Amino acid sequence: MHSTTRIALVTALVAIPASLFAQAGRIDEELAKGRAMLAADNPGELWELKGSKLFYEKRGPKNASLEQCDLGQGPGRLEGAFAQLPRYFADTGRVQDMESRLLSCMVELQGFQEADLKKNAFSTLSRNSDMEALATFVAAKSNGMKLAAPLAHEKEREMYAAGEKIFFRRNGPMDFACTTCHDDTAGKRIRLQDLPNMNDPKEIQGVMSTWPAYRGTQSTVRTMQHRLFDCNWQMRLPPLGYVSDFSIALTTYLTQKAAGGMIEVPGSKR
Amino acid sequence: MADPMKIRAIVQGDIADIRVLMAHPMETGQRKDPQGNTVPVHFIQNITISLNGKSVMEGQISQAVSRNPVFAMKVKGAKAGDKVAINWTDNKGDKRSDEATVSA
Repeated sequence: MHSTTRIALVTALVAIPASLFAQAGRIDEELAKGRAMLAADNPGELWELKGSKLFYEKRGPKNASLEQCDLGQGPGRLEGAFAQLPRYFADTGRVQDMESRLLSCMVELQGFQEADLKKNAFSTLSRNSDMEALATFVAAKSNGMKLAAPLAHEKEREMYAAGEKIFFRRNGPMDFACTTCHDDTAGKRIRLQDLPNMNDPKEIQGVMSTWPAYRGTQSTVRTMQHRLFDCNWQMRLPPLGYVSDFSIALTTYLTQKAAGGMIEVPGSKR
Repeated sequence: MADPMKIRAIVQGDIADIRVLMAHPMETGQRKDPQGNTVPVHFIQNITISLNGKSVMEGQISQAVSRNPVFAMKVKGAKAGDKVAINWTDNKGDKRSDEATVSA
């Protein structure tokens, strides 16, 4: 081979990876622009609107509204309630996240069947979920506030410790832990979705403060419980029980790690 | 009765930026349900937008528009305090009307 051709080839080979890197940076910027455009008109606000109606409407076998629901700040006090969840509730003797607390209220105050509520907690294309709307409405009442769940009660600390174990424990047929995908993810994506590093304080804040979120691929609002359900499914673990101790332990751990994150609900996601 | 719309109307100069979110399934007629039956076509057909009772836009859309669509438009000659009324009718005859006030 002629020596100048060889030099040209070598230069070309060196040049390709460099231009790919430059392009990757540009793709990230363009994707961020696209997401900002989608977030500007977030259909999740329709769920918030619907939730505000459902919350004050007299419903269920007991024909009652949720106005007496105590989400930790006293009956009917919604401002800042989500920012301080999950927490221990003495009346149920459990650590509860927003969704499990709303579920308790719907059973206690309105007389709905717990099993039905759990079955219908995630909407499908042909069936709406009251929970998705209520959770969006309640969480949005803490917009602009910082995540600050308490960690004083013994049960809260137990849940936190259990959540931490779950987060780092490899299990299931794929031998995956949460941290398998959610650690040291700088610059990594799954298709067009940035993979958040949940061991990075800034990134975990960005995640935990933006659920419930409108998911474009699913045409509906999804909640943290659904996010964890989906993660479990992706790891090929058995279906995650809605508001099960497993899910609340993980939520408690993740929320503590995200403390200080500014709440912006509904989020806008893929 | 359909779920409410969310309307935002902000005026800058004499041009109002109106954005509206509509809650609608917008079924294309191509999708099948879990039992394998085709989900019948169901979409918003007509949209009318009026400013202080005077029609400023009428539109016909098809099933090609996404679920829970958003529409944005600019209307000349608007001022703060004007009433924006938006109506839609779908192919099953269901309809929804909502109103908002233009803000500065």
